[in-house]
Amino acid sequence: MFRNQYDTDVTTWSPAGRLFQVEYAMEAVKQGSAAIGLRSKTHIVLGCVNKANSELSSHQKKIFKVDDHIGVAIAGLTADGRVLSRYMRNECINYSFTYESPLPVGRLVVQLADKAQVCTQRSWKRPYGVGLLVAGLDESGAHLYYNCPSGNYFEYQAFAIGSRSQAAKTYLERRFENFADSSWDDLVKDALMAIRETLQGETLKSSICTVAVVGVGEPFHILDQETVQQMIDAFEVVGEQEGSAAEPDAAAGQEAAAEQGAAAADQGGSTDECVAPMDI
Amino acid sequence: MPKQQANWSPYDNNGGSCVAVSGADYCVIAADTRMSTGYNILTRDYSKICKLADKCVMASSGFQADVKALQKHLAARHLVPLKIQIYQHQHNKQMSCPAMAQLLSNTLYYKRFFPYYSFNVLGGLDNEGKGCVFTYDAVGSYEKVGYSSQGSGSTLIMPFLDNQLKSPSPLLLPVQDAVTPLAEAEAVDLVKTVFASASERDIYTGDKLEIVVINADGIRREHMDLRKD
Repeated sequence: MFRNQYDTDVTTWSPAGRLFQVEYAMEAVKQGSAAIGLRSKTHIVLGCVNKANSELSSHQKKIFKVDDHIGVAIAGLTADGRVLSRYMRNECINYSFTYESPLPVGRLVVQLADKAQVCTQRSWKRPYGVGLLVAGLDESGAHLYYNCPSGNYFEYQAFAIGSRSQAAKTYLERRFENFADSSWDDLVKDALMAIRETLQGETLKSSICTVAVVGVGEPFHILDQETVQQMIDAFEVVGEQEGSAAEPDAAAGQEAAAEQGAAAADQGGSTDECVAPMDI
Repeated sequence: MPKQQANWSPYDNNGGSCVAVSGADYCVIAADTRMSTGYNILTRDYSKICKLADKCVMASSGFQADVKALQKHLAARHLVPLKIQIYQHQHNKQMSCPAMAQLLSNTLYYKRFFPYYSFNVLGGLDNEGKGCVFTYDAVGSYEKVGYSSQGSGSTLIMPFLDNQLKSPSPLLLPVQDAVTPLAEAEAVDLVKTVFASASERDIYTGDKLEIVVINADGIRREHMDLRKD
């Protein structure tokens, strides 16, 4: 996968029809610390693992409020993520200034995707090295989208990105059918359990994770540490019953729905990594 | 050939009066709800008060189209960064009243050569919870005061407030506290009295009075009827 002669420029195709620079950008997403998202009919929960580099430093911010009804969790190059969330905030502000109503999240992700695509077709640019889980409400309810560095976006019932996200995805696959009617508490609990899966044995504490919620009648907000710790304590008492599932069949668990009929199949290898990211 | 005068003006005056009074731990902002043009009334129920942040409220009289545009600009923090929402995103907290005061001044001066025909009073609580009132002209000149009034009735209201509240000049040394010694309930009563009097003589002030009170508990709204003639 590495050291190809067609990977110097983002504007150079490989003979197999792949853009390696774009694929490498998606690799950057996989290296970032985990971020997960799941939704019910009325709420979306975003969660991420927030590990500080050392005891002396503070955590990196990986969840951003974009507007009252939209929030985003990122994995990968957090600097790129910060810049993109600033862009998203501006778009929301401009839209509500002009139309006096909130920007529909479906539109925002298309704008984001188009912005990412530009970077895959200019020789003087590089793709954004960050994957975004966009959680938002619009008139049709709660939505969760994943935006790739490749410029693709997909809608999900639940998803996880970043390092060791496969464990979280496996957990979510097993449970996603129940999410649609989940209560607020159950949804947050599932999010915390999914985060725990990515920690691989390490104790889940509110100091190493961040959880945010947005829902009908509930503007986007990040839960404070105490609330998160209380919820962790509540289910730790019950005990973990999940065994580790051995199925890497990611396709079964995700409900991918590309809105504008994006030709997802055409991109071959790079798209596979978006729709059914499996460690190669 | 004598110079031709424009027979169309981009501005109009929709009348009305605004008042703000600050106290040790509260701020009262009030404006009437009459909107007029010339000698006609456009509506008896138009709010001139706009909430800019958690503890910061602005009342503006003058040309309401410009007022609306100004409110949108401040609340929506449009093209230029460092407007309200962007401030909130970046600083992760609501903008304080003094910060808002400077922002409003800058926003007004930005249009120095085609001004917002908007006469504003900004009221709220500062970072320590003390009431503060800022008063502006159309191009952004502002100062922190204990109380102020703007609009068509201000010439009637201001001398009465001076008589009752006698706020020391902010130019005095040593710096004296600008806030009024009145209690919140007394300040609200004073404002009601002031508007009732102004409605008697100012034709552009009347119909209904909208009062907003900001204190540590939050923001509260009250209404009072005024003369409809």
